[in-house]
Amino acid sequence: MHFIDPHIHMQARTTDDYEALARAGVVAVLEPAFWVGQPRTNVGAFQHYYQSLVGWERFRASQFGIRHYCMMGLNAKEANQEELSELVLQELLPRYLGKEGVVAVGEIGFDDITAAEEKVFRAQLEMAKKTELPVCVHTPHRNKKAGTSRSMDIAVEHGIDPARVVIDHNNEETVKEVLDRGFWAAFTIYPKTKMGNERMVAIAKQYGARHVIVDSSADWGVSDPLAVPKTAKLMLERGIAEADVQDMCYRNALAAYGQSGQMAEDDWTKPAAVDQRALFEGNSVLRGQDPSVETAEERRARLVIE
Amino acid sequence: MSPAELLESWLETRVPASALAWLRERLEDTRRGASEADFFLAFGLTPRKTGREPLSLGDAERASAEAARPGWRPESLRVDQAARTALLLSLASEDEARYVGTLERLVADADEGELVVLYRALPLYAHPKAHRGRAAEGIRTNMKTVFDAIATDNPYPSEELDDAAWNQLVVKCLFMGTKLIRVQGFDARNNAALAKILVDHAHERWAAGRPVSPEIWRSVGPFADGAVLADLERVFATGTDVERAAVALAIRHNPNAEALVYANRRHMDRWIAAHPTIEAIAATLPD
Repeated sequence: MHFIDPHIHMQARTTDDYEALARAGVVAVLEPAFWVGQPRTNVGAFQHYYQSLVGWERFRASQFGIRHYCMMGLNAKEANQEELSELVLQELLPRYLGKEGVVAVGEIGFDDITAAEEKVFRAQLEMAKKTELPVCVHTPHRNKKAGTSRSMDIAVEHGIDPARVVIDHNNEETVKEVLDRGFWAAFTIYPKTKMGNERMVAIAKQYGARHVIVDSSADWGVSDPLAVPKTAKLMLERGIAEADVQDMCYRNALAAYGQSGQMAEDDWTKPAAVDQRALFEGNSVLRGQDPSVETAEERRARLVIE
Repeated sequence: MSPAELLESWLETRVPASALAWLRERLEDTRRGASEADFFLAFGLTPRKTGREPLSLGDAERASAEAARPGWRPESLRVDQAARTALLLSLASEDEARYVGTLERLVADADEGELVVLYRALPLYAHPKAHRGRAAEGIRTNMKTVFDAIATDNPYPSEELDDAAWNQLVVKCLFMGTKLIRVQGFDARNNAALAKILVDHAHERWAAGRPVSPEIWRSVGPFADGAVLADLERVFATGTDVERAAVALAIRHNPNAEALVYANRRHMDRWIAAHPTIEAIAATLPD
């Protein structure tokens, strides 16, 4: 079975992870622009970050036979640095939203639910309309339910079709409203806190696979880059139909972000000659594993993420 | 015809009419001095308009490319890359500082595919000397696609880089797995310092028990003398037949190697017969 992880911050991950993703059947990853763990203090830091998403990280992924796409946006946390966020919105984002392989404006939305965050969120929804890109909305960890509703209200207010918006980091409390209103509901499977994959199985059983997406949001914190394939395997073990698992762990992400016109199944099933060369090199990277890689594999082998 | 005119004429029969009309408008806008923001947007959007089919040039078209710009190799371009190159060539270049500044800003925001086009166009830009620093900087990339855009099938490095940057390019080819046969102007730019670097490289690889590219001997052979002759003897004694052929080809015209050639003359003909050219030697290496 093939998988897409539609939310993973590969820049913060190692080549061990790329190898593990490739072996687990992940064919494509989507990397939303977000914050890097500490606030950036000048516009150049954003420029280098955005450039690495469309350049170096894409190339790095190709070395492991994985297609890398990204989303461009100014995250909610840094929206609160008002002077800097103005520069990013006006000078940088217009230059990066049109790059190849940019499949959405994201991840954007609320963190503390401040006025500055709302202003930046609205400005970026307008950019999404202008560039005809889907949107990936980050929902807040605190005051999640209200923040999620409010994010959807604002998107609708800006005339954006809910079928072009992925609401991410859902839980049992938010999922019903998101699906009822016609948005895509993404679930981030985190180890130790928040959403584990046993809970995901229960949600899938209750709500079905329509408009449901599974992702890892793996980043520089404690997270599991194999959350999507592991969750898929657990779902199968718990009796969820294979077609539904495929929808939640592959097809729905492709349908939602494929609306950008920047991502299609052919990208990995029939890569262009130039791209194939990069893939073949990638395979050479995967040859000759040393024992320490196997140890990393063992570490990852546990299926259940709690 | 100029490279710009050739690119436009090739695209006429290879992209949909709507994409061609769009491109012509952008070219016209750019020539008339459209804003940098508009240019950047057009450059970015080009593949969405043109598609990404190979350009697939015929023999006559390749010959016209060579006539327009010796060493230029557009035959491996795709249509989107050709269209982006045409856009770059429509930029006003009278004001050198402004022209170079625009190109620098394009590089600063470029994605992987855009970088490949920007570097492949090096031999076509106005003010050739103004891009030496950019080319040398580009060689520092770790993206093989981008590195190859500069190092392979490109006449610019051999024409413009100084020896230090040139030698760096050649050595980096070995680390990037790029065949030296694809580097233009290799023999013309060969130099004693490079030969010394490559001999040191061979010693490092031998010490680590790792294979040495047979392509390096093409540089070393003409300068071989003293201790290096002993290294070449070592290749004759213990190397593969491909390595032996590579050394044999490289020392044939080096008067300092006469004794080595004489001592191995019976074998050398056989080794060379099996791999008679540098192309044959390169063909034994993985792509």
